[in-house]
Amino acid sequence: MSIEAREARQPWILLSPSLVVITLLLIVPVLFILVYSFWLRTSVGDVQPGFYTDNWQDVLTDRFFRDILLTTLRIAAITTLVCALMGYPAAYFIARAKGNKALLLLLLMLPFWISYIIRTMSWIYILGTNGALNTALQWLGITSEPIQMLYNETTVILGLVHFLLPFMVLNVYVSLDGVDETLEDAAGSLGATKWQSFLQVTLPLSLPGLAAGGLLCFVLGAGTYITPAVLGGPRDAMFANLVFEAIITQLNWPLGAALSLLLLAVLGILVMLYNHFLGMAQLMKGLG
Amino acid sequence: MDNTTRYQRLLERYQNGDLERRSFLGLIGAAGLAYGVQTPFARFASAQEVTQVRFDGWGGIVSEAFREHAFDPYTAATGINVVDGTFGGGDEYLARVRTSQPGEYNIAHLSGVFDYARYHNLGLSVELNEANIPNLGLCIPALSNAFRAISSGTLSCVPYDYGTTGIAYNRAYISDEEAQAQGAGLLINPDYSGKIGGWADWRTRIWYGALQTGQDPNNITDIEAVWDAVRQHRDLALRYWTSGAELMSLLAEEEIHVTEAWSGRIFALQEQGHDIGYIDPPNGFGWQECLFVLAGSPMEACEELLNFMLEPATSIAVAEGQNYPPALDPTQVDLGDKIPTLPAFDPTGTLSGLTFANPEYWNGNEQEWSETFSRVQRGY
Repeated sequence: MSIEAREARQPWILLSPSLVVITLLLIVPVLFILVYSFWLRTSVGDVQPGFYTDNWQDVLTDRFFRDILLTTLRIAAITTLVCALMGYPAAYFIARAKGNKALLLLLLMLPFWISYIIRTMSWIYILGTNGALNTALQWLGITSEPIQMLYNETTVILGLVHFLLPFMVLNVYVSLDGVDETLEDAAGSLGATKWQSFLQVTLPLSLPGLAAGGLLCFVLGAGTYITPAVLGGPRDAMFANLVFEAIITQLNWPLGAALSLLLLAVLGILVMLYNHFLGMAQLMKGLG
Repeated sequence: MDNTTRYQRLLERYQNGDLERRSFLGLIGAAGLAYGVQTPFARFASAQEVTQVRFDGWGGIVSEAFREHAFDPYTAATGINVVDGTFGGGDEYLARVRTSQPGEYNIAHLSGVFDYARYHNLGLSVELNEANIPNLGLCIPALSNAFRAISSGTLSCVPYDYGTTGIAYNRAYISDEEAQAQGAGLLINPDYSGKIGGWADWRTRIWYGALQTGQDPNNITDIEAVWDAVRQHRDLALRYWTSGAELMSLLAEEEIHVTEAWSGRIFALQEQGHDIGYIDPPNGFGWQECLFVLAGSPMEACEELLNFMLEPATSIAVAEGQNYPPALDPTQVDLGDKIPTLPAFDPTGTLSGLTFANPEYWNGNEQEWSETFSRVQRGY
């Protein structure tokens, strides 16, 4: 075997364990789900194998599924925007901090040590009728009656922001940390104010990090199931909740398969668009 | 099941014409081949020997009572270990069972007769040898009969406890008189808008929708009126709860003032000192739980374990722990002091005062109603 041929094979040999794992744990299960989506649920809750397009027709034409999908995308977009507005200043502060960056980053990572479900449920004890916030408001004399704050779309978004904010901060931080601070000094020496140098130098250079954080927040937010289930009211549901109901409550695995593939496709297209315009390199930096 | 019985059943199926001659001979041949091949190593084989039985239930105090009063004595008597698992709900458990191998799951503490029917219709039931479960004779016959009606007179489970899903209300805001007068209508009273709760279960929502529109829940004639009642409740409700723990928390923290509720959970709240009232409106939702044996399980070992679990001492300990009356017939067994005070307890042992869901009716409408409820819940 020639050296060229051996060198050409070497990456594939090194990649093969990962490829096997990805094939067995991702591609094959997705193919199973794809096959399931063309089957039908029988009257007793079993499945009828075959090639039926009924589920896909329902999923693609039914206004109910479209509306919930749009609601999901809207909630994910609002969450992403709030994360960006809150996360950027925090990341900027950490990136420009002198001496205690490690401690600040550790504090940022602290929430990950606690289960996501526990973190989500903690809001019940903060925002509840007898929760910490209502108790404080009444104790301070600001309100005389408890305010109903829980179980609506706002609390769902709040729970999502709580969950996703560290992802945004980390991505923006990685981007800001790579910006040479002397560029801001150079802008200042050319007459720019601090605000102008931030707007025209720092912000544009950190946009890839902001975009990477935005993509992560959006994709994770749109796929969430726990937050609306714990903090939502009767009407509040996101697309993943419909998948759960189809598979677990209605025993309609074929419909659940079609719904989950639709969500996967929508989010996949988003990731592809991101990759086309910005590339995945920045995202990898943030995740790393 | 021993091998002799297995071969006899195979022969019976062949003689009844349920099995082709070719398949019958093939299976007998395969069994013979397997026997011949394994003989030199038979003394090492343990696949036929039952070493453990898996039980899945709701966890918590119920599992602790089972462990102390049934599982440990059973293991001491038989040498068979009981692996104790938990699940969050019947639907989730069914999904797990459907993706498992036969025999992986053995006994489950299931809710409702319609769950029994679902498992039976999916081919997950067995035929218990009742002679191996003498304590079954101590149970209320009406509970077993509901299961027999589904599986052609045989049983794949033993009844274990029963309760109701009635209406719970905070007495600081709603009087007993008002609750009695309004019954199911209390849940759609606009005066309590934003302080109403409900179980996120399509059956319960429809059941109470039927009561609110003056219909028989087992024979709904105007389903559109029921959906309108469900919508009305949805718009007034703050939260659809999804577990007993959440139900108790919502009432105890006064997030909601009125909701449907599980009788045992409300009794627990009352024991803790919360001033919560509980009524079963006319045609309130009665239900029962059972210990279901799944297809592929070691039958004799499971039957023996069921008998241990039905021992009065075990049943009473579990009932006192979870606050639901046991399936034991109070005319045959002394149930002690606490159980007669539990909500839904029937001292006559006939259960004639409770309305249970007709499984044929409800399972027949399951697909359409569960899907419609999902839409109605989200504003449609």
